[in-house]
Amino acid sequence: MPVREANNLKIWQRRSGRESLFHWVLWLIGIAIFAYCWQQISKSTTWFFVWDAPRIANDIWTRATPPKWEYITQLGKPIWDTLNIATLGTIIAVILAVPVAFLAAQNTTPSRFFIRPIALLIIVSTRSINSLIWALLLIAIIGPGVFAGVIAIAIRSIGFCAKLLYEAIEEIDQTQVEAITATGASRWQIMAYGIVPQIMPAFAGISVFRWDINIRESTVLGLVGAGGIGLQLSSSLNVLAWPQVSLILLVILAAVVISEWVSAKVRGAII
Amino acid sequence: MLRLEKLVKTYKTGDQALKAVDIDIPEGQVLALIGPSGAGKSTLIRCINRLVEPTSGKVYLGDVELTELSSGALRRERRRMGMIFQEYALVERLTVMENVLSGRLGYVGFWRSFLRRFPQSDVDEAFRLLDRVGLAHMADKRADELSGGQRQRVGICRALIQDPALLLVDEPTASLDPKTSRQIMRLICELCKERGLAAIINIHDVALAQMFVQRVIGLRFGAVEFDGPPEGLTPDVLTTIYGEEDWEATIEKVDDDDAMAAE
Repeated sequence: MPVREANNLKIWQRRSGRESLFHWVLWLIGIAIFAYCWQQISKSTTWFFVWDAPRIANDIWTRATPPKWEYITQLGKPIWDTLNIATLGTIIAVILAVPVAFLAAQNTTPSRFFIRPIALLIIVSTRSINSLIWALLLIAIIGPGVFAGVIAIAIRSIGFCAKLLYEAIEEIDQTQVEAITATGASRWQIMAYGIVPQIMPAFAGISVFRWDINIRESTVLGLVGAGGIGLQLSSSLNVLAWPQVSLILLVILAAVVISEWVSAKVRGAII
Repeated sequence: MLRLEKLVKTYKTGDQALKAVDIDIPEGQVLALIGPSGAGKSTLIRCINRLVEPTSGKVYLGDVELTELSSGALRRERRRMGMIFQEYALVERLTVMENVLSGRLGYVGFWRSFLRRFPQSDVDEAFRLLDRVGLAHMADKRADELSGGQRQRVGICRALIQDPALLLVDEPTASLDPKTSRQIMRLICELCKERGLAAIINIHDVALAQMFVQRVIGLRFGAVEFDGPPEGLTPDVLTTIYGEEDWEATIEKVDDDDAMAAE
């Protein structure tokens, strides 16, 4: 009871005495847990390496600068591969995600008890595995190269795109659908006129957003042999060619910045 | 023309929205359905074109019994029932023209409608209707650029291009200002007269209903409490429909034609 009376005044407080005591106890428990964990982590850390870290970092920094600029001639093809992996992967994912999203959305699924769980399972299973792990699996199946990277990115993105899209489908204004239904439109016409126009902005936004994420993800796929600039990164790291590593990181940074700029522009234009 | 026989709708929650409603509407009659919120007005008109499935009872449109129809036959019958909505229910991101033409969806195939290749006769009719409601110059605007009154006019065009025999009108004026409300009501009633359409108009505004329609039905708790000409709406009748209130002012407004002349 946060309101009590004293001297004819009604005093209002956010919490009653018991509630605020409870809050203090909760905070106390939280701090105790934090302190305990800190102690455990500290015990299993080799502090020598940690104290040494600034010196090592400085050492790598001096070796890595300046970047080996002439190496850029060998990076054109890999970064182009990386962009292709991201773009093709996103296109495939979006095409496959659309039907999955319609099957998963409460208001468009043909069967709530049979088909919807299957669609949700596809979404969860593709989303829960990182694209690096998909790439590892696919390299074992279809061999190393760009194609494995494209498929890895595509599979990883289906769930993401389908999930956001089916949420958009569930949030549409149902009266517009009702109005189209009332004209005597068929099931597919209701979809084309009542639903698709309403989810178009979400669809475009999701695709561009995922493409932007995929550019970043595809830069590391080469680490496991799935093509792209990650291949150069891992071989340079293996031979401790730090000036090459720093140049590759700069190229990746540039690619990511450009993709973010493009996706921001596109999304701004649609919404 | 339209006949409801013992129409019952019970929602899954157990709420009985309609209790054995019998209504018979002759050709070309415009009818106002009044009643408090929750009386079942919206449910009633949605049970006619089966946007809401009635629990039991029969609905005859001409000779066709609607509640038994398969989904294909229902779609064909829905073409004969134009519907106009409270919040206009236009597809916001489509143009005015596309919204009007969507009234023809029941007549054209999927690919023609998907590619927006409607027959020229449909397009001609759409232009004629837009001209009739005074929106010919708006055909290319997106629906969300229009004002409330303009949107409702587009909604009316969409219903009429279906070439219906009956209009189902759900609170057409609820989100419009008083002047626009009158204009929209007058437009609907004029168009019904021009084309000889029957109409059921759900409406909150009793005075507005009395101004324009030939017959009023009062619904209360899903049952018909009043059925008669608008003059029959006495304070006593309104009390049985809505509950105790001072009704004199509401009814007086009927004679108040100065405001209309001033428009």
